[in-house]
Amino acid sequence: MTAVKFAKHQRCLASILLVLLTGKAWALDAASLNTLAAGEVNKKIAVVEQLVNAGDAAALPVLEALSTGTLYTTETGAVVIVTPAAALDALTGKPAAVEPLEKISINNRLRQHLNTAIAALRLAAPDRALRLAAAMELQKSAGDALLPLIERRLQQEQDAEIKSLLRNVQANLRLRAPERELRLQAVKDLARNPSNHIKSLLLARIENGADGKPAEPDAEVRQAIHSAVAAIDRELKKVEYLSHLFSGLSLGSILLLAALGLAITFGLMGIINMAHGELLMIGAYATYVVQILFKHYWPGAFDGYLLAAVPVSFITAALVGMALERSVIRHLYGRPLETLLATWGISLLLIQTVRVMFGAQNVAVDNPSWMSGAWTVTPGLVLPYNRIAIIFFALFVVALVWVLLNRTRLGLYLRAVTQNRNMAACMGIPTPKVDLLAFGLGSGIAGLGGCALSQIGNVGPELGQSYIVDSFMVVVLGGVGQLAGTIVAALGLGEINKFLEPYAGAVLGKIIILVMIIIFIQKRPQGLFALKGRSAES
Amino acid sequence: MRRVMELYGTQGWLTLGGAALLFMVIIPLLNLALPPEHVFHVPDHIVALMGKIMCYAIVALAMDLIWGYTGILSLGHGLFFALGGYAMGMYLMRAIGREGMYGSDLPDFMVFLDWKELPWYWLGSDHFGFALLLVILAPGLLALVFGYFAFRSRVKGVYFAIITQALTFAFMLLFFRNETGFGGNNGFTDFKRILGFPLANPSTKVALFITTAFTLLAVLLLCRFIVCSKLGRVLTAIRDAESRLMFSGYDPLHYKLFVWTLSAVLCGIAGALYVPQVGIINPSEMSPANSIEIAVWVALGGRGSLAGAILGAGLVNGAKSWLTVAFPDIWLYFLGLLFILTTLFIPKGVIGLIGQLRGRPK
Repeated sequence: MTAVKFAKHQRCLASILLVLLTGKAWALDAASLNTLAAGEVNKKIAVVEQLVNAGDAAALPVLEALSTGTLYTTETGAVVIVTPAAALDALTGKPAAVEPLEKISINNRLRQHLNTAIAALRLAAPDRALRLAAAMELQKSAGDALLPLIERRLQQEQDAEIKSLLRNVQANLRLRAPERELRLQAVKDLARNPSNHIKSLLLARIENGADGKPAEPDAEVRQAIHSAVAAIDRELKKVEYLSHLFSGLSLGSILLLAALGLAITFGLMGIINMAHGELLMIGAYATYVVQILFKHYWPGAFDGYLLAAVPVSFITAALVGMALERSVIRHLYGRPLETLLATWGISLLLIQTVRVMFGAQNVAVDNPSWMSGAWTVTPGLVLPYNRIAIIFFALFVVALVWVLLNRTRLGLYLRAVTQNRNMAACMGIPTPKVDLLAFGLGSGIAGLGGCALSQIGNVGPELGQSYIVDSFMVVVLGGVGQLAGTIVAALGLGEINKFLEPYAGAVLGKIIILVMIIIFIQKRPQGLFALKGRSAES
Repeated sequence: MRRVMELYGTQGWLTLGGAALLFMVIIPLLNLALPPEHVFHVPDHIVALMGKIMCYAIVALAMDLIWGYTGILSLGHGLFFALGGYAMGMYLMRAIGREGMYGSDLPDFMVFLDWKELPWYWLGSDHFGFALLLVILAPGLLALVFGYFAFRSRVKGVYFAIITQALTFAFMLLFFRNETGFGGNNGFTDFKRILGFPLANPSTKVALFITTAFTLLAVLLLCRFIVCSKLGRVLTAIRDAESRLMFSGYDPLHYKLFVWTLSAVLCGIAGALYVPQVGIINPSEMSPANSIEIAVWVALGGRGSLAGAILGAGLVNGAKSWLTVAFPDIWLYFLGLLFILTTLFIPKGVIGLIGQLRGRPK
């Protein structure tokens, strides 16, 4: 019984479709308005469908008014839209001088059709958010008659997200087409735009329904669906792989930024700086302060605050680092275990000072607008802009460090002091000054890392504590004194972490990595890239 | 026996005997026998605090053995302490019986996770003897395996310190997980009784206190015995000139491994004594900060001096329990400065300072 009714309904819609495709485009006119106002429900629905298929944007306010109950008839038989300000003539959109009389009522069946119709018309709206909401609405409710309209919109739509939503709607509709050839073509088209949604749509066509038969009657089409699903699976796997690769790269660049400063202070200079994490934290708080200042004094240039925050965080952390070197660390050279304890004490002091100054709670650091949002490569592969920015920032910092170490006098001195302190001193290199500057440089790089970290995570007094173990792991794994080792270790750890996560879970993955590092250090105590030659053993 | 008598001079034995008398007889008597309003009554919370500090003192001795005498800084001793505590905690959880919130045979947190039976590694946790065995085996075996690989490949100094820190960090993450089966971040708490004696009873508390004092004394004598023996000489040699020791025909591996494992076991015992007195054990005991704090007790008291280690544990923890209540904001400043100033100005610790004041060399 219901099946017969459904078929009838479909035929009815199909005939409308036929009229639409062959006949003239329908637009809002007095006759259709009258039907909407006074006709019987079936006729009203027909009018709504016609308006939608004509894609008449002028009809949208009328339909919206009908849906929200602000469409009224007047004594003269005209139809008006009542807004809080005035009553507008539905046909012309001009203020009407007549008193509204009676609200045009609608029932649930009409309301469903109206919702779909409004969504379909809104697909042409200039506002992206409206179009997006409309596309979402159509996911649930689009009927076969909407297919040509959606295909038209698909050609005009520019936004990737909306486009993919519309494509899903289109696919769903085309898969139910009565002609076998059309369905076959639809399956082929669908395989080209893989997503989980489309996969489940396709699977629904070949799964056995309540009557024990699949929804798709034709064996050849079913076969095509099977191979399409397999192709989509392969494609999805690839996308998943790429997204793991990206998040691994992102995590790796974060680790690299956190560890790069330590690669100088610990790796080159041999200072066990347990307060390294707190220098990261200071960089993050410096960014926070710059952000507050911009908000307060120069809100117009807020998007540019990061450009100012980068040097500020570098200088703040570098100054703190140099003060530490002068006051404490200098007296402990050659006593690494004591340095470890004293710098741990420094870290406690810094944490508590920040807590007193800024409070124990996390502070909010807002992304500039150009860093929020994401680049949607495909529906399954969404790359947030701030992560991309951090990858490039990490590249920039690595380049900076490389140039400083290999192309400047300070770098030359630093490498000389690292390799043989006494000989360097004999050659007239002021080693205490080099120590001071090098420690300042390492601390400043940590400040840059903190500036970057503030863009992706919470900024609080304990920020540094969560990175200190990771940072040391990266430097030790990479091999002390090796910039390249640090880079490889950071990126490698990031990638391994992200590829382990789906199988082992975040915490267990991290534990596995720590155990792997511990085992690795047993095997190669000098790290990935061991120093060779005389300076290696000391 | 003669060698034991030679561990201390007459004055040393007298001091030790006096301290033993004070902690094992006088304080318990003053706490139990006198009414609370009496001038000489020792209040319960002071007894509890002293009991806690004595547990820490055992840890400090263990740390001194490995760091002060052998020169190996471990930043993972909190892990061994916590493992001993968890081993004892498992027994105490089972001893709650059906008196938990859900009235089930299983510990409350397992009911909460909807577990139907005990995991295999809880087998035997009903028996006190097994718990004691576990207190020794869990930290001991972990230390033995970890130490074997670390010392065999000659990981030392700062590298060793950092990988022990990573080790305790990894274990902390592991124990924070509910699925690990040790109560997640809440750990174990709400203990009711030990060996049938209710933990809330004053007499049980005092008995635990006396046991702790006795254990501390035994551990002190054991450590003294070790550092005065030939073995102790080798350990000091490892600290001061490991390569020279190797050239003299000794293999440092076995010595290091022995003292490292012993140190871990002592920590485990301290943890097992700590948990019934404090009434809670959770993964935050394994946090790297806790382990590094142990190092500062020893550094403040005086590395390479057993009395110094005990003194350091007492001073820092006494100050901690006072400051965290009276001036909570000051505590971290105090602790931080303690780290910096001891390493900068009194590398030999308070004991060394006292020695200097008395005009004796060293």
